Amino acid sequence: MANIMYWEAIQRAHDEEMARDPLVICMGEDIGVAGGTYKATKGLYEKYGPLRVMDTPISENGFTGLAVGASFLGVRPIVEIMSVNFAWLAMDQMFNSAAKVRYMSGGQLAAPCVFRSAGGAAHQLGAQHSARMEKVFMGIAGLRVVTPSNPKQAYGLLKSAIRCDDPVFINEHELMYNMKGEVPDGEYFHPLEGSDIARAGTDVTLFGYNISVHWCLKAAEILDKQYGISAEVVDLYSLAPLDRDGIRKSVSKTHRAVIAEEDEAPVGVGSEVIAIINEECFFELDAAPVRVHSALVPQPYNHTLEKATIPDHEDVVKAVLKLFGKA
Amino acid sequence: MKIEDKKRVLREMVLHRRFEERCYQAYIERKIGGFLHLYPGQEACCNGVMEAARPGHDYVITGYRDHVHAIKCGADPKEVMAELYGKETGSSKGRGGSMHIFDAGKRFMGGYALVGGPFPLAAGIAKAIQLKGGDEIAICFLGDAANNQGTFHETMNMAALWKLPVLFICENNLYGIGTSIERSTAVIHQHKRVCAYGIEAAECDGQDIDKVYAAARLAVDHVRSGKGPYFLELMTYRYRGHSMSDSRGYRSREEEELWKQRDPIFILRDRLIETGEMSMADYEAIEKETDAYIENEVIKFAEQSPEPRVEDLEKYVFADRETQLPWLTGKAA
Repeated sequence: MANIMYWEAIQRAHDEEMARDPLVICMGEDIGVAGGTYKATKGLYEKYGPLRVMDTPISENGFTGLAVGASFLGVRPIVEIMSVNFAWLAMDQMFNSAAKVRYMSGGQLAAPCVFRSAGGAAHQLGAQHSARMEKVFMGIAGLRVVTPSNPKQAYGLLKSAIRCDDPVFINEHELMYNMKGEVPDGEYFHPLEGSDIARAGTDVTLFGYNISVHWCLKAAEILDKQYGISAEVVDLYSLAPLDRDGIRKSVSKTHRAVIAEEDEAPVGVGSEVIAIINEECFFELDAAPVRVHSALVPQPYNHTLEKATIPDHEDVVKAVLKLFGKA
Repeated sequence: MKIEDKKRVLREMVLHRRFEERCYQAYIERKIGGFLHLYPGQEACCNGVMEAARPGHDYVITGYRDHVHAIKCGADPKEVMAELYGKETGSSKGRGGSMHIFDAGKRFMGGYALVGGPFPLAAGIAKAIQLKGGDEIAICFLGDAANNQGTFHETMNMAALWKLPVLFICENNLYGIGTSIERSTAVIHQHKRVCAYGIEAAECDGQDIDKVYAAARLAVDHVRSGKGPYFLELMTYRYRGHSMSDSRGYRSREEEELWKQRDPIFILRDRLIETGEMSMADYEAIEKETDAYIENEVIKFAEQSPEPRVEDLEKYVFADRETQLPWLTGKAA
């Protein structure tokens, strides 16, 4: 096991796959000569050259569509969209072309592209650089959505996404690129579907994904030590499809659920997980599920206001205590 | 073009015209649903360009007015008609419809319904050709109105920057849906717009197939020889409305008649008759044979083909699950 950073894990997955298959290429703004805004493609330009490591113009929809077209012929492009806010501009090609082409061609064409993007609120980046957009991506037929919460997932999910014949959107997080974690030394493929139990527990399930897994883990620690509540933390690294079985199994064991997401409600992972709970195991519930989410405001610049917008582990703890009638 | 090729192409153009007119009829009879965008009037564009290119070898992509482009690349007209009928035997197994004809085997990479959407896809196909080192080119057929999308500019820039082997054919039929080019576009002559990106470009009469062929010959050779993209504008006209719901209230019948006097099929036919290569009776025989073929084979095939099964509704949303298990479950072999 190597203890490496999230960005290093992503870089390693790129490097291994590009070394293996000459049709694996990567593209995006500043990913080549500059090595990537978050260093996720560091050193690849020097190693694989400009034909395979493409510094693109700032034309998100254009270069995303270019990647999709190349993938029709078996090229495996990894597209970095510098910030998920800019992915709005590329949604036309991701949704209308990549996600639909297999279906509308009756299975003749496929778009095996990987779209990686840094989502989430960082520090005081304001309304147009702090978006969480997983709620939009996870509702598109034909598109897989995964979101790594640690370096191991960042490495293994990208490896699997590159190999998979479906288009995959990987939702990363601006605040997580320097997070360290254990990654297997050998080649490792993380499943694109399912969920991980990040911490086992018996009294309540805390559902999280990406950064909110860490709020949940911290909250579970506090709940255990200060309140004697045993929380299970389920890491929903796959947002499309969501792991119905994993959700049912955990809630059937704990009978209570809190869903923590950095995205805003309404519409999102929280509402979807609650719908799945209703459909799969409603009668297992001892209390109505609760979601913890951001306030529905364009991200404010002011530090205090920003902090008030985004939830954290304390909000998760509060939600659990409320479920148990302790708050 | 050799005389034999011209005769063959005339027959093909008649098929393209009659196929589209038969679609119109089937739409009125409610055998075809959805949107239907027909090609009559523009036949010399697709035919002239593809005669200069290599159908089935070069990759072709286009917008929603796509039936004829698919057939010209080698798609079976029976399967195209079956697609319009929504049948399982259709070129996209009834999942695509008129705007989404595909024939990957013939390298017809599809019709797309977002105006301007195929621009970057075509550049991507060209990028893949460049990476793989083949002698194919990518050909992107779109209308003039697509050039007002951002994808046009983004793609022209990237195609020129990376010298991609892509040929852009602009079929300038003077209308974007129901708005004339004068009312929507600051520059009427579309080939001028790509000069800003340093792309070689030309404009040509799109009704005379000999002229289209000659211009396309230069364009195709330019792209195939590795000199980068090329933009060819063909001045043409669609006889019918944008789609079936369009009663053409935005233009005069006189204007339409003027264009019909320069009908692409008649221009080629009359030239062949004038030079003694064929007679009017020969031409009428072609029409008759074409109609019989469409009725007895194309329509019959579409009518008699089965519907897709409802059990298969979700087939083709994703890759066949069994083939993807190592990545979906993480249990790589």
